Amino acid sequence: MEHLRLSGAYWGLTALDLMHKIGSVKPDDVVTWIMSCQDKDSGGFGGNVGHDPHLLYTLSAVQVLAILDRLDALDVEKVSDYVAGLQNEDGSFSGDIWGEVDTRFSYVAICCLSLLHRLRKINVEKAVDFIVSCKNLDGGFGCIPGGESHSGQIFCSVGALAITGSLHHIDRDLLGWWLCERQCKDGGLNGRPEKLTDVCYSWWVLTSLILIDRVHWIDKDKLSKFILNCQDLEKGGISDRPDNAVDVFHTFFGVAGLSLMEYPGLKTIDPAYALPVDVINRIFFQK
Amino acid sequence: MPSSSYSSDEEVEELPYVPFSQRPEWSDVRPVPQDDGPHPVVPIAYTEEFRDVMDYFRAVYVARELSPRALCLTTEALKRNPGNYTIWHFRRLVIEALNSDLIEEKLFVDKLAEGNFKNYQIWHHKRWLAEKLGPEASEDEHDFTRLMLCRDAKNYHAWSHRQWVLQKLGGWEKELDFCNELLKEDIFNNSAWNQRYFVITKSPLLGGLSAMRDSEVDYTINAILQNPNNESPWRYLQGLYKGTPDSFIIDERVPRICLQVLKEYSFCTFAWNLLLDVLCKGLKPTKEIEEAVKGLTESDESGSSDHNLVTRICSALERMDPIRVNYWSWRKSNVSINC
Repeated sequence: MEHLRLSGAYWGLTALDLMHKIGSVKPDDVVTWIMSCQDKDSGGFGGNVGHDPHLLYTLSAVQVLAILDRLDALDVEKVSDYVAGLQNEDGSFSGDIWGEVDTRFSYVAICCLSLLHRLRKINVEKAVDFIVSCKNLDGGFGCIPGGESHSGQIFCSVGALAITGSLHHIDRDLLGWWLCERQCKDGGLNGRPEKLTDVCYSWWVLTSLILIDRVHWIDKDKLSKFILNCQDLEKGGISDRPDNAVDVFHTFFGVAGLSLMEYPGLKTIDPAYALPVDVINRIFFQK
Repeated sequence: MPSSSYSSDEEVEELPYVPFSQRPEWSDVRPVPQDDGPHPVVPIAYTEEFRDVMDYFRAVYVARELSPRALCLTTEALKRNPGNYTIWHFRRLVIEALNSDLIEEKLFVDKLAEGNFKNYQIWHHKRWLAEKLGPEASEDEHDFTRLMLCRDAKNYHAWSHRQWVLQKLGGWEKELDFCNELLKEDIFNNSAWNQRYFVITKSPLLGGLSAMRDSEVDYTINAILQNPNNESPWRYLQGLYKGTPDSFIIDERVPRICLQVLKEYSFCTFAWNLLLDVLCKGLKPTKEIEEAVKGLTESDESGSSDHNLVTRICSALERMDPIRVNYWSWRKSNVSINC
């Protein structure tokens, strides 16, 4: 897992912040480590020190710096040039120079550039066109055109369309129905028809429903109970489903899902940017 | 942070591990340890062997040594951590510099993939290789994804790869048969239904959706009859009429399958939903439809106006599918707009 440590930092620190516990972290140490993950030539960030730059970890770096209110540590032009440089002719984004294309990377690029106020560096219209080309007959989105609708890919597509003001491309009723059909008898959500429920879909499905104003179509009480049942009450943390081993990934998405449902004591999380709302307000509304 | 979640020893070799410092062919190299700083963030518990391999990998990586021994080193490192994308990148640079045998490389990757079939980096490396190998690789790649799908018929990466191979390298001839095969094994496999739609709409050999619609409707109806409580074929059926709302309303097979299913499974929400959809799109209710609705509702609403009929279906769905009561309630409120 050492190659994705930067994402681990994002999951862990955002979860802490949602629980009002970010004060236990020393920002300077974190910032120093994050900046040491940056590739000086391209401006992109790797998943850990000494790793090649990649879109995924570049977003994680920007997100963590945003939480710590240390975006000033960045050379914004350099980082945004790196991200923008990964857009392809058809509007899609590659994860890195090796060319893998996926709607995940469309979301990551758009989210990252928006947080840095540099969306103008890409061709937004083409980016949107590519995402729309990944829309399926069930109203959902896959990783590439023709790819099966999957809740994770749907979040990425809907999130990207939301950030770029392009939600009118979505058939909200059709997609909303597909998404609310993800709720199973145990109250949890799955990622595709006939698959098992998993706590991480509490985020992917829930945010998507919120972004298209259809979250009331699921039973939030039952979902909350499902997430809380996935806790390890002795050692702490949340797992993918009840009685499994916990990990920071599912802990973050479980907490984030509960935050979306206004669980008491948690900070509010922004559904499109996956960051606490006060962080987003600071970025977009403070001079 | 629980360290056990991150212990990354994925030992595959059966021979005892020999530290690099004891290997004469590496005596000229100084290992580069990972620098986590004094207060590591999200610290990871590595095993000694993993640490050793990675320290030497960092050395060749920093030195940009694109040599045969570097290739062997990446092999060892990837067996221990197949998710490490930096090692894969470096390996590709080495392969290109050495002009390595791509068939050998394919054998290595395929073997690694068998134990790590949800690993993004491996699938991407396979794609990189297949692109280099060209159309001759098409059959092999289809055989490989078939093997992966035998183990996990819904593996998202495998399906993605298979679609990429079809579009880039060909092999469409047997794809619909492949979908048939998988659906015969598991009629609930949504990935196979998705692939079916992909094939009938994109295959250069089949004539497109309009040419295939009729036979696909029959196929889907048979699938529904096998197990009506299956989300995928109901959605697929509706998807077949995409772009032709008129044929959706006039095709008698649509209301017929709903009523046929509802005779035996009166609580099948998918059947009621499809009936609701086709009525809302303009189908004139038949006596049979009216009877079916009368049979299930407790409503004492009189009259059998179309509006009343669909409202009663929505009310019934609110009761049948309580977890989605708000959705069905919204459908009911929408009835006056749509019908």
